[in-house]
Amino acid sequence: MTVRVGDAAQAPPFQRAALPLLEDSQLRKNVRHATGVIQRKRALVAGELSDWQQLRAAASAIKQQTLRHLDEYLLRFEAACVAAGGQVHWARDADEANAIVLALIRSQNASEVVKIKTMTSDETGLNRALEAGGVHPYETDLAELIVQMGEDRPSHIVVPALHKNRSQVREIFREKMGLPGLGDRPEDLTAAARSYLREKFLRVPVAVCGANFLLADTGGVCIVESEGNGRMCLTLPKTLIAIAGIEKVIPSFRDLEVFLQLLPRSATGERMNPYNSIWTGVREGDGPHQFHVVLLDNGRSGILADAEARQTLHCIRCGACLNACPVYRQTGGHAYGSTYAGPIGAILTPQLQQMRHSQSLPYASSLCGACYEVCPVKINIPEVLIHLRGRVVEQSGLSAEAIGMKAMAAVFSSARRLEAAQRLAQRGQWPWVTDGWIRSLPGMFAGWTAVRDLRAIPRQSFRQWWRERQHGR
Amino acid sequence: MAAEAKQQILARIREANERAVRGKETPVPRDYVHSGGLDAASREELFIERLREYDASVTVCASAGLASTIGVLLQDRGWKHVIMAAGFPAAALPFGFEFRQEAEVENSDLDACDAVITGCEVAIAVTGSIVLRHGVGLGQGTRRFTLLPDRHLCVVRAEQLVETVPEAFALLEPFTNDPLTTISGPSATADIEMTRIRGVHGPRFLEVVLVR
Amino acid sequence: MRITLFITCYNDTLFPETGKAVVRLLERLGHSVDFPLQQTCCGQMHYNTGYQQEALPLLRHFVEVFRDAEVICAPSSSCVAMMRDHYLKMAEASGDKALERDTALLLPRVHELTELLVDRLGLEDVGAYYPHRVTYHASCHSLRSLCLGDKPLRLLRQVRGLELVELSNIDRCCGFGGTFAVKNPDVSAAMLSEKLKDVEDTAAEVCTAVDNSCLMHILGGLHRQRAGVSARHIAEILASTLEEPAL
Repeated sequence: MTVRVGDAAQAPPFQRAALPLLEDSQLRKNVRHATGVIQRKRALVAGELSDWQQLRAAASAIKQQTLRHLDEYLLRFEAACVAAGGQVHWARDADEANAIVLALIRSQNASEVVKIKTMTSDETGLNRALEAGGVHPYETDLAELIVQMGEDRPSHIVVPALHKNRSQVREIFREKMGLPGLGDRPEDLTAAARSYLREKFLRVPVAVCGANFLLADTGGVCIVESEGNGRMCLTLPKTLIAIAGIEKVIPSFRDLEVFLQLLPRSATGERMNPYNSIWTGVREGDGPHQFHVVLLDNGRSGILADAEARQTLHCIRCGACLNACPVYRQTGGHAYGSTYAGPIGAILTPQLQQMRHSQSLPYASSLCGACYEVCPVKINIPEVLIHLRGRVVEQSGLSAEAIGMKAMAAVFSSARRLEAAQRLAQRGQWPWVTDGWIRSLPGMFAGWTAVRDLRAIPRQSFRQWWRERQHGR
Repeated sequence: MAAEAKQQILARIREANERAVRGKETPVPRDYVHSGGLDAASREELFIERLREYDASVTVCASAGLASTIGVLLQDRGWKHVIMAAGFPAAALPFGFEFRQEAEVENSDLDACDAVITGCEVAIAVTGSIVLRHGVGLGQGTRRFTLLPDRHLCVVRAEQLVETVPEAFALLEPFTNDPLTTISGPSATADIEMTRIRGVHGPRFLEVVLVR
Repeated sequence: MRITLFITCYNDTLFPETGKAVVRLLERLGHSVDFPLQQTCCGQMHYNTGYQQEALPLLRHFVEVFRDAEVICAPSSSCVAMMRDHYLKMAEASGDKALERDTALLLPRVHELTELLVDRLGLEDVGAYYPHRVTYHASCHSLRSLCLGDKPLRLLRQVRGLELVELSNIDRCCGFGGTFAVKNPDVSAAMLSEKLKDVEDTAAEVCTAVDNSCLMHILGGLHRQRAGVSARHIAEILASTLEEPAL
């Protein structure tokens, strides 16, 4: 079994990937603008609900309960979905999921599919697998279409093209849709996408979607969207294939009353997103003739085995933590090198890959806690980040950093040693000190002094002052 | 191989839970707001306000005046090719207009018509949402029926309007076999610079008639 | 009241003036102050960087040193947050029942300075005088772990002569984040430059906070830019009086 999360295994470490992005002032401006807008809207509509904290607590408890009995809920979902005319497939990893989807498409003799935005399919690298198998996927979410046509990568869970502004989008559409006269007003660009895609919706026989929620009691699936591209894909093609992580199941239809209050307000700052579709299996005379659900593990059961970190699987992919994150705000999503960017990506990506890749991501956070504060399902992301740092340290053995940290711990374990170290540092700092300030340091501290000065260590520590004062009394 | 994948995933889940489940199972706290406290008039007012914030149009009328209200709307908007959902009560439709039936139209007719008319199952004031239940002959249409046209006229009766999301889900629970669509304003996107644009793929115009 | 200081390792080493100010302030308010010389570090740097095993002996040491203290005061929200957010979990994980019990008994007695003043001592006006234009940076731990809310601001508003200017984006991290600033220096610098702009926009003479860790980072940036704004811990402002003004 090989778990894969997009191209995360090949991605450079966060601190290196961030460098060119920090230089890209247009991208940073776009990211700041977009995250700022959603953040303000979110705060407004979350604040409107007097029971926001109770909803968060309920959502978190529902997810905990689900994970506790995940095997049962998945089996219940499968049985109910099959009873309603759907078919359920199980995929251990990305390749297995892609192979199932490709085989289903081939069984319909189709060479094209329309797709609703699904991060899970980006995780498995489905588009590449389909193209290699001779099937052309059309992304139909506006942002995903921009990303696909621009041969780009998504940079946000909810708004994957937020790093592009209108003129950049116009350039992509002009070239790829063959519309040299296209204007750059968002209205023009949206209209171009509408007419480009409408013909595809009416013609292409197979659709691929994700799932926001799988309902164990009814076998139903819920998809949350804004543009109507989702409804098109769910309704018009003859065959519909949903690919969903195993953690997407919730116990019951009624639980949606909690999640459908939290998700839109957290994700886009709307009281409700324009469309939610909830359906069960297939329905004569309305919608697809064949409906398949591919349940994907791809490392999720491994996350479940970690008591501290399994709350990662509560995530409902609202993206609120990305918008709130001061680190994401600077770099945008590409620095994370994964389908899943931002704080949730920083904990999800390395865990899915069994901590074998993306080890720099748990460190891509100042632990400010803004993510936890906005998370609608109360994932304590800072706590998980720290826990994962512990796992990274365990793996790295006796690195130079570890030796330094162990030495520091030995110093801190006794006041006598601490005082000796204070004196040593105070006396040893002179080569770098001018006028009471340190302006440049070597080695791992060079980054600090690249933009900041450091006040020199004062001659007298507090404890020395205190001792003198006590003697003087 | 398929059965093997399923068994392996389930086995991994069980093993993980044996290892990592901590503490006793506690019931889900459900102390969030279930039913709202507004009276009927304020509830309707809130619903109208929320719909208008989504750029939906709202007209209010008395039950006896529904047909004439729809008539005036169609006339004002200049809608001639209008299709009604199967099961939508003919008594609610004005004279002097020609309505095609859902059963007799193709996708291309829906694409080209001026508007479609449906009722709804339930509506939610706090979120400005209408919920369609796509059962046979319920007057709410199949799923594509309210999707392909550019304009959707939806009749909401005051007794179908609840205040909160949980109230709506309590009413919908018996009907989970039918596909359900919640609609909150016209289709929209903010994917380009967070500028809200109406009508990407679904209807660009949502016209609600609230019947008191 | 007898108040035992946990001054924290970096205040001890790098910002002794903050510790001195805490002593002066609390004594002026009529309390007796003690500083156990055996104290060292709360273990935050180790814990947050992933060296949780190395942090455990520091927890033990802390519990040992402060076991008998009635009221413990630390002029650092991030160190107090370290204890409140992680100490119990660490003690539990150690399997040492005695340590778990001692930690649980000790934690409610640990207070961050402004918490101690406002909640425990019921004070907002501490009789301070500080005739400067000041802006307040809310550190992330003070805001989200300790939930100090406007307690520091309430104290500052009562300081004679002090003109308080609101900092825009007060809830946004300054980019310090402990070892984050060393491991991701470029992103940290980008975050800092936004914070510096907000600070400079206030036209304040002094930027204050309840944490010297953020201030070390902010002051370092201000000094490099020769911005003419200084940074100092809230304890120094609250300790300042007409007779003995802080510089």
